[in-house]
Amino acid sequence: MKTLVWVEHDGAAVKDATLAVVTAASKLGEVHLLVAGHGVGGVAADAAKIAGVGKVHVADDAAYAHALAENVAPLVVALMADHDAVLFPATSNGKNIAPRVAALLDVMQISDILSVESADTFTRPIYAGNAIATVQTSDKKLVITVRGTAFEKAATEGGSGTIEAVASTGDKGLSTFAGAEIAKSERPELTSAKIIVSGGRALQNSENFHSIIEPLADKLGAGVGASRAAVDAGYVPNDYQVGQTGKIVAPEVYIAIGISGAIQHLAGMKDSKTIIAINKDEDAPIFQVADIGLVGDLFKIVPELTEKLA
Amino acid sequence: MKVLVPVKRVLDYNVKPRVKADGTGVDLANVKMSMNPFDEIAVEEAIRLKDKGVTEIVVVSIGEQKAQETLRTALAMGADRAILVVSEEKVEPLGVAKLLARIVEEEKPDLVILGKQAIDDDNNQTGQMLAGLLGVGQATFASKVDLTSDSVTVTREVDGGSETETLKLPAVITTDLRLNEPRYASLPNIMKAKSKPLAQKTPADYGVDVAPRLTTLKVVEPAKRSAGVKVADVDELVAKLKAMGVAK
Repeated sequence: MKTLVWVEHDGAAVKDATLAVVTAASKLGEVHLLVAGHGVGGVAADAAKIAGVGKVHVADDAAYAHALAENVAPLVVALMADHDAVLFPATSNGKNIAPRVAALLDVMQISDILSVESADTFTRPIYAGNAIATVQTSDKKLVITVRGTAFEKAATEGGSGTIEAVASTGDKGLSTFAGAEIAKSERPELTSAKIIVSGGRALQNSENFHSIIEPLADKLGAGVGASRAAVDAGYVPNDYQVGQTGKIVAPEVYIAIGISGAIQHLAGMKDSKTIIAINKDEDAPIFQVADIGLVGDLFKIVPELTEKLA
Repeated sequence: MKVLVPVKRVLDYNVKPRVKADGTGVDLANVKMSMNPFDEIAVEEAIRLKDKGVTEIVVVSIGEQKAQETLRTALAMGADRAILVVSEEKVEPLGVAKLLARIVEEEKPDLVILGKQAIDDDNNQTGQMLAGLLGVGQATFASKVDLTSDSVTVTREVDGGSETETLKLPAVITTDLRLNEPRYASLPNIMKAKSKPLAQKTPADYGVDVAPRLTTLKVVEPAKRSAGVKVADVDELVAKLKAMGVAK
């Protein structure tokens, strides 16, 4: 089977989410990549070095600069004449573009796969991860989104893919990009962080969130997350949210501070290798999934912990 | 201006899903069913756009007869009329998008607003598929909608922040959680909704083949995590972190 992986990038570098998709695609067959963007020669060169990659298709056009689904989907459809499956990361861009491609190909997409069981059978979470379904497709071509935390990341070195330019399918003129507010942070991104420190509603306000959670995160070189309750209360912006409706994460260590552990939140972090919970309520559901729990007042415990870590 | 809002009847948000012992799916017998929460947000947004030139809101559901209740809820919130496409078999997002595309051809709405995903199958596909089939613009995961007479500007929740796009009308929007807080229908409006028009159709009326492409082979519960140990104080936690190599 010939597979095509849509490469998530920021115009300068390949995003980590792509690497897990390459691993998933390699279980189906030969892996080709698609780098679509504007001025993406550097990204394509990096993408060609990803281990196991055969060919890198590069579509360089202003129409692809902001990954607008209306423009990218026809490009992917054109390349599918020569591929059997296309895989996207289940990121906001991937989730936006993939179903449009599927509809244009008359294919029922398989969303957010957790494993490749065979060439036509996959597992995926349903009901916010409260159940795992095994599904088999009868479609001739496959359109798939991949949960990044479910697959190992392919190595960024060692590959020697050939780079091939593809013709632009142009700007469809249906939508225009008007701007973005992307938070700039020195901290690691949640979806690729090895350690995450997350805060919940118990932090009480935005000042406390910043003064309690962030120093600990910085001491550990960790990413900072939050529960939906903390986001809804306005302590931090929505891109901090870990949970079924926010980001799905699976770091080596997840430290939940003042988070009770609603099902919604657990769905976003329960695949973390080690979960540490700090909460004053010893009956909080978070302790049922935590490997290490500490019951007590976070306002005393967390500063002390930050202090005692070298 | 006309807005079409598709809604889905799903297991209520507050009910914990139970996987059936025979592994065929999630048990939906005798449990509370409600409108998909993201669809409620879509209905609410359409109602709020009535101040911005929207004159008619048509709600549509594809599903079993009982989805009438979901449509009545939308009518009680403030939608004007409803269409139920009856299918006792489950229809996949591709089939739903094809039916909606036919309904859009008939109804000619300026805007279609859908929930970004249904909380049962978590597919997150229908809106994007519909926009693709119609060949119109799409703005997914909306947190803010500004409607003018010939375009709509949508702020979208994306990884790392937000993004704003302007689409020509007609267009498709899918809602994210923070777009609005849906209203509760008042008792007088619930009564009034009973007499609002609700048309019944079938997939065959639209000439759409909704045969599923995917077969669910089995459904299981996810691997359970078990509770670990409790530590007594910060010193013990620090020692654990050091043992794991997380701290020096």
